[in-house]
Amino acid sequence: MCRIGFAIVLIGVLCGTQMAHGIDATSIADPALEARYLELTHELRCMQCQNESIADSPVGLASDLRREVRNMLLAGKSDEDVRNYMVSRYGEFILFRPRFSLRNAWLWLAPPLFLLIGLGVAVRVVRQRAALTATDPDVPDDDGRG
Amino acid sequence: MNRFALPLALFALLVVVLAISIRHSPDKGIIISPLVGRAAPGFALPSLTDAQHKVSSADLKGRWYLLNVWGTWCVECRAEHAMLVEVGHSGVIPIIGLDWKDEDDHALEWLAQLGNPYQAIGVDHDGRTAIDWGVYGAPETFLVNPQGVVVYKLVGPLTRESWTQDFLPRLARPASAGL
Repeated sequence: MCRIGFAIVLIGVLCGTQMAHGIDATSIADPALEARYLELTHELRCMQCQNESIADSPVGLASDLRREVRNMLLAGKSDEDVRNYMVSRYGEFILFRPRFSLRNAWLWLAPPLFLLIGLGVAVRVVRQRAALTATDPDVPDDDGRG
Repeated sequence: MNRFALPLALFALLVVVLAISIRHSPDKGIIISPLVGRAAPGFALPSLTDAQHKVSSADLKGRWYLLNVWGTWCVECRAEHAMLVEVGHSGVIPIIGLDWKDEDDHALEWLAQLGNPYQAIGVDHDGRTAIDWGVYGAPETFLVNPQGVVVYKLVGPLTRESWTQDFLPRLARPASAGL
């Protein structure tokens, strides 16, 4: 309870100063590491309050996970190492941006595929109409009158 | 007829794919642990009840055990405690407690009041072991086989139904076929 109270006070204080850090008061001296830390904590899901990232969540587990990310980065781990660790513990669900895999391939590939099919159909329809107007004198004009 | 065949076939395919996805989707809010079927993460934690010893996964190799994640701040842990005591006293399987982000004196008081179903209790003050186990709430209960593989994970309080339906049948099978 104390922790939440503290977080609320912290939100109030930080809102007035810098929003970039949200509820997360930690910072890393090295600006490059800090940037990676911010990016990673924003793309990992808080498993307790599932629609927030661990960077935005005030719950205890989120702060534990942020500490874990920070320690791994300070230990020289890559962004992918951090993601792999989190996925091995909590599953793909912890990633806000799901990875490409055989299981979800159709989800990734369907939109461009449908776009191509749609384009193909559109091109064919336009060609057919163009051919019609070129050969058929009875076809309506552009203004719709016969 | 022919011009409707392809769209209809595509629609039917979509229905099948979505039906399968919906059928296989877990209950809302329950996240299937990637640890099930894999080696349980190792741990060596200070014991709540015995300052001289550590509670470690190495000591548990070669036998079935339950790892129960709890804390005195956790309301549902109180609800499941009576069932844990019953399971613990039945002697079917040892229960190892993981006292998650808790105060030691609160935890000891809790056990004195409600009974101690645990064979040993590891204290996870900073929550690192819990993260290793993919814990995202309490209570959670893991069933680990003698090979050290996580066979089942229960999210939420242990009830009589889940004990008889989800735990006991898995325990009855030979260890090699633990899944």
